[in-house]
Amino acid sequence: MSAEAKIRIRGLCKAFGNKVVLDGIDLDVAPGTSMVVIGGSGTGKSVLLKCVLGLLEPDAGSIEIDGRDVLALDRREAEAVRARIGMLFQNGALFDSLPVWENVAFGLLARKHVSRREARARAEEVLAQVGLGAEVASLWPAELSGGMQKRVGLARAIAAQPDILFFDEPTTGLDPIMGAVIDGLIVDCVKRLGSTAVAITHDMASARRIGDRAAMLFQGHLVWEGPAAGLLESGNAVVDQFTHGRREGPIQMELRR
Amino acid sequence: MRPRANPLAALGAAAIAVCRATGRITLFAIEGISHLARPPFYGRLLLRALLDIGYYSLPVVALTAVFTGMVLALQSAIGLSRFNAESAIANLVVLSLTRELGPVLAGLMVAGRVGAAMAAELGTMRVTDQIDALSTLSTNPMKYLVTPRLAAAVIALPLLVVIADILGVLGGFVIASVKLGFNPHVYLANTLNFVQAGDVVSGLVKAAVFGFLVALMGCYQGYNSKGGAEGVGAATTNAVVSASVLILAFDYVLTELFFAR
Ligand SMILES: Nc1ncnc2c1ncn2[C@@H]1O[C@H](COP(=O)(O)OP(=O)(O)OP(=O)(O)O)[C@@H](O)[C@H]1O
Ligand SMILES: [Mg+2]
Repeated sequence: MSAEAKIRIRGLCKAFGNKVVLDGIDLDVAPGTSMVVIGGSGTGKSVLLKCVLGLLEPDAGSIEIDGRDVLALDRREAEAVRARIGMLFQNGALFDSLPVWENVAFGLLARKHVSRREARARAEEVLAQVGLGAEVASLWPAELSGGMQKRVGLARAIAAQPDILFFDEPTTGLDPIMGAVIDGLIVDCVKRLGSTAVAITHDMASARRIGDRAAMLFQGHLVWEGPAAGLLESGNAVVDQFTHGRREGPIQMELRR
Repeated sequence: MRPRANPLAALGAAAIAVCRATGRITLFAIEGISHLARPPFYGRLLLRALLDIGYYSLPVVALTAVFTGMVLALQSAIGLSRFNAESAIANLVVLSLTRELGPVLAGLMVAGRVGAAMAAELGTMRVTDQIDALSTLSTNPMKYLVTPRLAAAVIALPLLVVIADILGVLGGFVIASVKLGFNPHVYLANTLNFVQAGDVVSGLVKAAVFGFLVALMGCYQGYNSKGGAEGVGAATTNAVVSASVLILAFDYVLTELFFAR
């Protein structure tokens, strides 16, 4: 399976100063599937995605996308490989100097030669998919609620239909119904468009809805990997404590120290 | 961190830090400039930056220039009248303005207005992941954010200084003719006789360099800021202070280059 993995990470390490965040991560994501990464706050889930995106430089390890090690490629080639990844940032990261529709169409305008009119039409289409009406298109990001910003960020990530999608906490801050809608949208992207997705989430219901497989990050390692449906019956003490939200367990010990 | 008791060590560390920062800023500048040669070009962003830096700085630069011209005329009248050299006032006003005060004061004003705004804007974009988001959307953030600002500042500052020169001379002219009672025609004729193309051009070259420095420090500090709102505040302060100091230092260097023979 690892031979044809869309994303293949080996021995990935990243430290900030003497604080080790990722300590030898191995991860395979098969094409057309979605991987959910769970883990406590501050364990390095966002850092993991940023390393794959080339926004942070790992200290060691390899990251292969479609069999090509992006860390070994020259800058231009690595950029070309990474251009096929869409990313929803944890805080939305909308461009506040641009109206909503230009945010959503940004990748289209930057990459493909579409007219602004076409880009706007496409932006409104994608906004509708995330449950936002056309009237939102001409608002500014600062005029949106947190949940709306999240959905615009999601629309921006999927607008150009990239073949890899990263979602950093896609449903945090959304009401349960909208959360389910967004989960459905992510599943749709994976199933219908054949994209490969990696999603970070703290929401177990959402993890099981989105994910084909799941992995748990703890103390710099992926301590468990398995089918997302089995998250609640993983048999792993760390995962069990996390998914059931228990106060007693291996993670608690880490906090006390 | 070990406390550094040895003052020599502290001095050395400071020197190394300065060298390192200089190197980083130089590389940053080179990268920013290099994007001028490679498409895509962001014409819209260049225009917007030109408007921000040039047009919206006009009032503050204009006021500064007018008052400076007035003060120059007044002060030099007090100083020079003793030697019965009132005709030299026109000369002094126009030369000080075109060679020195026009570009330096415009540069300092723009550093406070535009350099600070650039640092704050880019700093906010950095700490809210917007700069990272740009590169995930097939856009090089240096090319998109930094290059248009550098180019716009280099274009806009000389234009501002042309206007500042004219308004400053007018300010001096008003004081000379209204308050000091000089013959307006003679004053203007003196001004035009004295000033040479070299004076104006050297001032405009200085202005272009100062514009570059302001945009460079604003972008560099903002682009590399970290640590939330506090970090953005620090970046803004650093941008203004470093740009101002650099303007004065480069003013000396350029003056030496142009005039010391
Ligand atoms: N640019 C950075 N410089 C220094 N330390 C950083 C940086 N980015 C992240 N860290 C550190 O790395 C650790 C992991 O951060 P990360 O953002 O990946 O956490 P996370 O798992 O995404 O948490 P959350 O669920 O709260 O989003 C944190 O302890 C953080 O302090
Ligand atoms: Mg995170």
